[in-house]
Amino acid sequence: MLGIPDPWVATAYLGCILMAIVSLIYGLVRRNAAPDEITPVDRDWAIEERKADHDL
Amino acid sequence: MTGQSGLGWIDILVILLYLIATGYLGWLGYRGTRSAADFLVGGRSAHPVIMAISYGATFISTAAIVGFGGVAGLFGMSLLWLTFLNIGVGIFIAFVFLGEPTRRMGHRLGAHTFGELLGLRYQSRAVQIFAGTLVFLFMPLYSAAVMTGGSIFAATQFGIDFEVALLIFALITAAYVVPGGLKAVMYTDTLQGFVMIAAMIFLLWFTYSQLGGVGEAHRFLTDMADMVPAKLQAIGHQGWTEMPAFGWGSNSYNLWWIVVSTIILGVGIGVLAQPQLAVRFMTVRSRRELDRAVPIGAVFIMLMTGTPFIVGSLSNAWFAQHGPLLNGQVEQVIDADTDRAMVALMRQNDVGAWTPILGKDKKPAVVPLIITTREQAADASGQGFELVSGRSSIITYVKGEADQVIPTFISTALPRWFGIIFFLAMLAAAMSTMSSQFHTIGTAAGRDLYEQISRKPHGSEPSLLAMRLAVVVGLLVAVTISYTVREGYVIARFTAIFFGLCAAAFMPAYIGGLFFRGVTRAGALASMSVGFGVSAFWLVFIKAKEAGTIGLVQLVTGGKPSLLADAPNWPVVDPIVVALPLSALTLILVSAFTRKPDEAHLAQCFTPRRRARATAS
Repeated sequence: MLGIPDPWVATAYLGCILMAIVSLIYGLVRRNAAPDEITPVDRDWAIEERKADHDL
Repeated sequence: MTGQSGLGWIDILVILLYLIATGYLGWLGYRGTRSAADFLVGGRSAHPVIMAISYGATFISTAAIVGFGGVAGLFGMSLLWLTFLNIGVGIFIAFVFLGEPTRRMGHRLGAHTFGELLGLRYQSRAVQIFAGTLVFLFMPLYSAAVMTGGSIFAATQFGIDFEVALLIFALITAAYVVPGGLKAVMYTDTLQGFVMIAAMIFLLWFTYSQLGGVGEAHRFLTDMADMVPAKLQAIGHQGWTEMPAFGWGSNSYNLWWIVVSTIILGVGIGVLAQPQLAVRFMTVRSRRELDRAVPIGAVFIMLMTGTPFIVGSLSNAWFAQHGPLLNGQVEQVIDADTDRAMVALMRQNDVGAWTPILGKDKKPAVVPLIITTREQAADASGQGFELVSGRSSIITYVKGEADQVIPTFISTALPRWFGIIFFLAMLAAAMSTMSSQFHTIGTAAGRDLYEQISRKPHGSEPSLLAMRLAVVVGLLVAVTISYTVREGYVIARFTAIFFGLCAAAFMPAYIGGLFFRGVTRAGALASMSVGFGVSAFWLVFIKAKEAGTIGLVQLVTGGKPSLLADAPNWPVVDPIVVALPLSALTLILVSAFTRKPDEAHLAQCFTPRRRARATAS
């Protein structure tokens, strides 16, 4: 079907597509599953990161 | 064969318009929300498309597209295993399993560089200085690979000298990364990502449609297996749609070890311990953003690496069908039914007589040809002979230079307007990656080296000066390496060296530190030393291509390119195969017998999720 006789190469070709599909399904299933909270620790980190970025 | 005629004013106009658009977006970003950290500070969420494309644009560069695409032109579609790992490991495993622990630990410890994350996790200045030194010294090698990829493409596309292209590329890079590009403006990264996506989709569609569709294109390429150059056949090349011959103990298995150990494993696994990518997980707002970025990132990476690997391989079929005609005299018939033969190439001199074309070794260049016409002609001595004309694989047209494959295919096969678009995509790929690379070099020099060695506080003026100096020095070193080293598939090799070094030196300490409380400071330091030491030893004394170029091994062996030059396969095995297991083993063994970190510190590193949630809001 693919015109690729070596099963290892054909597997890689189809595996790339399959892996992308798995990732798509994962993203759809998990899109709201994890909490979306920002802790004070997260915010402190971001302020420091922004300062470091700005300085550089 | 290569190149188109100069740089027209329309080309310059389009490129300038693109640069202005990028600059304008950067300026807009500068005025308002510009980076992932800004989103986080503002308590808002970046759109997952922007998040993922921005990450992908940092991940993928001209090294992947021009360098590894060119290697696929030489070695074939077995490189698709690298795409598989790029999606499966570089996106899925990285985002799903490493992203959140890295983000949480980084935030709790207040780490802003990769070295700082390791140093704070292991409460060790030595660990941080070690990591910072490695990044500062070796990342310019990876930057050089990116720069070489962009410059070779520009040189081929616009028919200018490589040196001129490199100078222009270096100036554009300096203009981009020195004043503002380091701010990781997500909108410009995203614009660059979309340009790359559009170029890759068109390139894939064009190539398949020119060759009669997916199945037909692959079948034609499969049937070209007998056109593989003899030198590649001798090391195990079995055709562009076949894996190289697998085995151990004979040079005819060398290609398998090159492709699998260096190209696929070195880069495919090494991505997990890339400092500039690991740090990006800390800029993510929450686990939810990571989850949402997985599908977009996966599709992006599939297009960005899958397309050049497929197109690089198929460019052999395109040149065999549509490439410029070559002429010569049959030396040896390969297959009489399909009229393929090894042909000694010839050209007509000023008086119309046919004379041999000499190769690098000053002998007549003999290449595999699919013969299309035969006619009688006369050589320089006036003697008659049968002159054949035909086409060959792209390897013939680029004289075996893998780095020339993608640029030559684009400039020969595709319309000129696409060449400009593709150049912009290359510029985009290079800039988004390089801004991240030089940011990492700068922060490694400032935070990991200067501040730790001098014990000066974060953000002091000398520390900032060290960061800025490091960016400029890194840029100059990258340009110098690009200018100096050109032979072989240098882009892919430089990339693989850096990825492999990072994997061996950092991966066990990084992953061990994220997931296992029992990993000790001594274990981490020993693992990093062994990983780096074994990799360096292997590159200087065992791996023939690198060791031969460095030259130290010749002094020891009396001229041989490797200490194991007489042992088949060993001189092509990548350091990662030996160094990574040894590094991991060292981490386990030394950690088992050294003092564990104190509980208070571990509690800070590994706060249970429930407690983290309770402190939210």
